[in-house]
Amino acid sequence: MNHSRSRRNPTREPDFPTAKPPSPGGSSGGGAGAAMRLIVPLQGVVQGRGGLILGSVIPGALYYFFQLYLKRCRSAKPNSNPPSPSSPSAQLADLSRSSSRSNLSSRGSVGPVRVSARANSIAKPNASPYYIGLERASEDPYDRFDNPDGIMQLGLSENRLSLDLIETWILENLERSMIGGADGNLNISGIATYQPFDGMMEMKIAVAGFMSQVMGTTVSFDPSRLVLTSGATPAIETLCFCLADQGNAFLVPTPYYPGFDRDMKWRTGVELIPVHCRSSDNFALSVTALDQAFNQARKRGQRVRGILISNPSNPIGNMLNKETLYSLLDFAREKNIHIISDEIFAGSTYGSEEFVSMAEILESEDFDKDRVHIIYGLSKDLSLPGFRVGVIYSFNTSVLAAAKKLARFSSVSAPTQRILISMLSDTRFIQRYIETTRERIQKMYVAFAAGLKQLGIECTKSSAGLYCWADMSGLIRPYNEKGELELWDKLLKIGKINVTPGSACHCIEPGWFRCCFTMLAEEDIPVVIKRIQRVVET
Amino acid sequence: MKMLSRKATFNSHGQDSEYFLGWEEYEKNAYHEVENPSGIIQMGLAENQLSFDLLESWLAQNPDAAGFKRDGESIFRELALFQDYHGLPAFKKALVEFMSEIRGNKVSFDQNKLVLTAGATSANETLMFCLANPGEAFLLPTPYYPGFDRDLKWRTGVEIVPIQCSSSHGFQITESALEEAYQQAQKRSLKVKGVLITNPSNPLGTTTSRDELNLLVNFITAKGIHLISDEIYSGTVFDSPGFVSIMEVLMDRNYMNTEVWKRVHIVYSLSKDLGLPGFRVGAIYSNDVAVVSAATKMSSFGLVSSQTQYLLSVMLSDKKFTKNYVSENQKRLKQRHQMLISGLQNAGIDCLKSNAGLFCWVDMRHLLSSNTFEAEMELWKKILYDVRLNISPGSSCHCTEPGWFRVCFANMSEDTLNLALQRIKAFVDSSTTTNNNQSRHQSNKNQRRKSFTKWVFRLSFRDREASER
Repeated sequence: MNHSRSRRNPTREPDFPTAKPPSPGGSSGGGAGAAMRLIVPLQGVVQGRGGLILGSVIPGALYYFFQLYLKRCRSAKPNSNPPSPSSPSAQLADLSRSSSRSNLSSRGSVGPVRVSARANSIAKPNASPYYIGLERASEDPYDRFDNPDGIMQLGLSENRLSLDLIETWILENLERSMIGGADGNLNISGIATYQPFDGMMEMKIAVAGFMSQVMGTTVSFDPSRLVLTSGATPAIETLCFCLADQGNAFLVPTPYYPGFDRDMKWRTGVELIPVHCRSSDNFALSVTALDQAFNQARKRGQRVRGILISNPSNPIGNMLNKETLYSLLDFAREKNIHIISDEIFAGSTYGSEEFVSMAEILESEDFDKDRVHIIYGLSKDLSLPGFRVGVIYSFNTSVLAAAKKLARFSSVSAPTQRILISMLSDTRFIQRYIETTRERIQKMYVAFAAGLKQLGIECTKSSAGLYCWADMSGLIRPYNEKGELELWDKLLKIGKINVTPGSACHCIEPGWFRCCFTMLAEEDIPVVIKRIQRVVET
Repeated sequence: MKMLSRKATFNSHGQDSEYFLGWEEYEKNAYHEVENPSGIIQMGLAENQLSFDLLESWLAQNPDAAGFKRDGESIFRELALFQDYHGLPAFKKALVEFMSEIRGNKVSFDQNKLVLTAGATSANETLMFCLANPGEAFLLPTPYYPGFDRDLKWRTGVEIVPIQCSSSHGFQITESALEEAYQQAQKRSLKVKGVLITNPSNPLGTTTSRDELNLLVNFITAKGIHLISDEIYSGTVFDSPGFVSIMEVLMDRNYMNTEVWKRVHIVYSLSKDLGLPGFRVGAIYSNDVAVVSAATKMSSFGLVSSQTQYLLSVMLSDKKFTKNYVSENQKRLKQRHQMLISGLQNAGIDCLKSNAGLFCWVDMRHLLSSNTFEAEMELWKKILYDVRLNISPGSSCHCTEPGWFRVCFANMSEDTLNLALQRIKAFVDSSTTTNNNQSRHQSNKNQRRKSFTKWVFRLSFRDREASER
């Protein structure tokens, strides 16, 4: 789709005028009368009465005038033609279709276009119930004592169950950890000055060690393969910039985390192709489905650069077993594409299953490691979303080199690194923390799932994550997305509970909802169940 | 297999320019007072290390700020979970008041128009994403900060068209230079979306004059484009004329709430004024609601750690501290600046008259073997490898005239600066001696070895080394 075409007058379709007669007052520049004079000879040609010459000259003249008119239109507004092909930005001049449409201004010639297409597309408030719900709940947050009628937040996968442990550690160890040395002398130059943009080496070592502890010490992580970023959000965007060009695509099994739509597509221009998973398979990922999606993309002329999986899955909460991981690797190798494995919930497991990281598979086999990249962060497993620590872990040295350079746009704050280096190095504390948090998540999950079951709402069998994937399809009418959103709305407005509807996660079956339970206390669970019951019974 | 994106594989990150090569050499052979006294002294890093003691003493007196405590109560939970891209309100309030204070309280800022980002690097890139489409351009006066080539262009696909400024006008922006740049962009079929200036300027170290600012306002009004004023060094102005913010100029002209008002945006950071680049705190200030909204959402890709936001909110709210810090810091910068320029003068080297920043714009045109950029590179390499100083050549800043270099003075101790000045003096002295001894001046070390008169050179080279020790 070339740029100049998309900037034409939006009321005309960009096809040749000879395909159909021009509308009166159209491009030839004449009024209705002139148009009639033109239409009539054409009619004559069609009916076999007119001359051949007129019949060919007039359409030719029409076409010529149409092109002239367009040229004049185009030169009235300065056109942003792509610069010389030798510069890399030439490849980027193609705007994606949606963004260029928003760039068309009917008042284009009156004032300058103020902001970019990218800004325009995001400046409007987000229409997704995922974001709307988050906003509403934050405006009127439930508090057992201070605001018992407030909205209960079950739409944000945040773990508040074990913050007390971290808080205690911080208060006991802070003086030593942040700025000072053991002698009590403060030395700010260690945190004030410029640090490597992809994270201090000590921090990488500490984070690599934490990842290993969290994922069960069966796998070790090499600090030199880490790039640290201010959160998992920039980590995934940065990886996209490294692996894909504008217009390329990633296959993503559904349902998936709503944030991917923003994080992976917005500024990169990359597309996400959903690969639908179904409840009949317990939402398991099938390579057949991936293959189908890949081939369909190829038919459309869309280049697939990789697969994005979240393992443990968000929003389902299940984990991929070794066989699935192996088959994914085989598939990726066969198609010569990447695998991005978002393992941010790796430590938030509560079932009997053990989590298996992609890194573990690669360690044991002699696979082509260059195509595997892992995303991680401290926002879920360590309950510190405010501190902004994300990780790109890759076996591909070129990707690491590029990601390192890109990390300058999203570096982790140095004082935060300092404090975390201390905390993560306290491996005994970390071990205790990991075990305690797992126990607490499991307790909440059992209580919450049981509560939902009482209402006849079943959850997918899950063993990780901070949420349940609840089947409320029996409660929606009609059995489609509209019905689902109506239920979501009722839950929010009447039940005063914010949950995430499956449609926001691109789930192909209506009626599923993601309910996060780690922001609650155990005492809050009966309140939630009662509120849902209230809505269900209306 | 072609596995990486074009952006990752092309050289559009600009990381291979000499500016960065010098850094690599420095990393390999860094000067250390005790461990490596003949190593390379880093004078290419615009970092302020002069006032750490002030920060340290404040931190020692205010342990609660770093201790996640407010009024003695722990607010750790609140901070641990805080990831709202609107930023910590207390921090934004303190930051806009600090910005106002730096401008002599002649301008006031609304915290709701401020967007926090992980450093000015992120702020500049985010603004580009918000204001320009791929293939569009911004005009930048030369010489400019080499990092812009990467920060403004790389992922955004935006182009930079230089506004050529020359020493004959003291590198100030002129109307004709602006017009010429605009025409140049048109010739290249690039749609100009705006102008970006750094005020005070990097690498010049000068504050932008009121005349230039007025000129810019006229220009963007006439062309209907944006103006970004990167005011990251606004707190480092240590001499007259004082700092004049673009906002002040707009207010003086009664432009508040006009269309032009909405097209002027400021970038700020605490990396230079407070000497805290490691903290990664940057900000975008805009009067355009759409820009603020888009930039706020985009800041998800580079939020500031809540811990850092809280710590700085307490620090910046301590008005007594900030006032004292800013004035004391400026005093120290002025003194260092003086030290550098007199030391250079002693070696027969002049600088552009400057009143701000952490560096000087040094005129070494008379040391070039010819008035070319090749000669500038020769000289730069000699200074890097022989004199063992890493300074930034003007060509990496897109200066149109060869022979200018940016030399930083605030990122080292006084003793180190003195040593650097001694090395320069010795180099200049021996250069003039060498020039008298041979007709053609081979500057590259490798070339020298192969040169016909290399034995003469070796003699002078050995002399130089001896005096440096």
